[in-house]
Amino acid sequence: MSIEQWEVFFKTLSTPFYKEFVLRGLFITLKIAVLGFILGVFLGTILALIQVAYNKNVIVKILDKVCKAYVALFRGTPMVVQLLLAYYVLLPLMSIGNVNSETVGIIVFGMNSAAYVSEIMRGGINSVDSGQLEAGRALGLGYTITMIKIVIPQAFKNILPTLGNELITLVKETSVLSFIVVSDLYTSLKTLGKEIYNLKPPYIFMAVIYIIIVLIITLIIRAVEKALAKSDKKSGATAKIKAVKKV
Amino acid sequence: MNNNVILSVKNLTKSFGNVQVLKGIDLDVSKGEVIAIIGPSGCGKSTFLRCLNCMEDPTSGSIFFDDVDIADVKVDINVHRRHIGMIFQQFNLFNNKTVLENITLAPLYIKTKEERKKKLTNFFIRVTNLFKSKGSKKELLNVIPKKKIVAEETQKAMDLLKKVGLEDKANVYPSTLSGGQKQRIAIVRALAMDPQVMLFDEPTSALDPEMVGEVLDLMKNLADDGMTMVVVTHEMGFAREVASRVLFIDEGVIKEENAPKEFFGNPKNERLKEFLSKVL
Repeated sequence: MSIEQWEVFFKTLSTPFYKEFVLRGLFITLKIAVLGFILGVFLGTILALIQVAYNKNVIVKILDKVCKAYVALFRGTPMVVQLLLAYYVLLPLMSIGNVNSETVGIIVFGMNSAAYVSEIMRGGINSVDSGQLEAGRALGLGYTITMIKIVIPQAFKNILPTLGNELITLVKETSVLSFIVVSDLYTSLKTLGKEIYNLKPPYIFMAVIYIIIVLIITLIIRAVEKALAKSDKKSGATAKIKAVKKV
Repeated sequence: MNNNVILSVKNLTKSFGNVQVLKGIDLDVSKGEVIAIIGPSGCGKSTFLRCLNCMEDPTSGSIFFDDVDIADVKVDINVHRRHIGMIFQQFNLFNNKTVLENITLAPLYIKTKEERKKKLTNFFIRVTNLFKSKGSKKELLNVIPKKKIVAEETQKAMDLLKKVGLEDKANVYPSTLSGGQKQRIAIVRALAMDPQVMLFDEPTSALDPEMVGEVLDLMKNLADDGMTMVVVTHEMGFAREVASRVLFIDEGVIKEENAPKEFFGNPKNERLKEFLSKVL
């Protein structure tokens, strides 16, 4: 590849129109991935909690089956198919007009991610020693409050690296959003490539951008992990002493 | 029934699937009594103890605590568990909380919840008061501010920690503590709830021999202070010295029950004789 090709590419990229177009694409990619991830963690936690519920009465048992079916459905079909179904089949069927395709993207990403997160979360909750729940219950705390205050924070710490994987997967999967006409990072750079009749530089460029995003996410997750690991190390204790001394 | 009886077990049975672990146990625990339960492993002594605060739901029978049958599923077990402390073999301190938070978590949560309930009641009283004449207005409940509760509970926790000589550990995480320290803090955590009975499930079995002493000393002090205790243990010395009654459970029933002197000095049951000859 010659230098000229890159020169043309960067020249076009630096024009105000394409600069804004590509930056917007980058923003949309991040927005859909992050919002989808948040939705996924929220829904996934609920799905996981239903599946590990301690009190298995009839309603919980039915909900449990529904959750299992949900997970099977969303893990069993590709994200592209889910996007296409949601945008071109479900939306017209429900006769809802004028829905922003980005919103559809966020919802589908969230629901898809929820299926994976629920399994991660379930493993995380099961990885917490059952004695923790027992101790809370023995003190007269209810099941829900013990889960919220004791078990889930510990589970969350255990599964953080795996959750990071999920976020990274989502960022990269945004490239399929072009199927429902969302101009994400991939689509915007591809459009640019078509403009200059040369797709090679944009493809290499987008690979680099994806890698950079993923590296940044990795760093953030490491930092969060470190912050949460304070209860495993002695050094974490000193920071807390100051806080409590004020009381 | 004796008024002093605080915990009364009537014909308690427990089955796991087809295996019947407890085959009908009766026991009355009076205030201030220290009951030691010994027996071979797998005899059901831990299961029995866990049934006493319904950590395991009894299959049949009843458990009267303060004259309420807590084995009844309709009873809100959480309310009663608050008055029954439980100490586990594996300590089970909350790993994600500091020592102080471990101790204050449950009392703080329970008390602030009560205050929140009071606030809600106050709101309704205010609303209904609007429609009442001046003389017949209902009085509002007294709500304790959260800050005061936090300060009180922190103070109480620190006092208890001082008693067990661990006040310098208030702000560290459990992972930095030794087994003996963990167990003493677990006891403090239970004490912070002002329990009427304390259940100990092999409290020293997971400890280094060196650390057994410090935990047993603390339990002795508790017994001297008049705490009602039910202790499943393998420490025959503790049972002999501190217990007011010793129970021998085997094959899911109480085989022998006596004061420690008679129990160890003159055992009657054949199985108990055999057991004691092995462990003493």
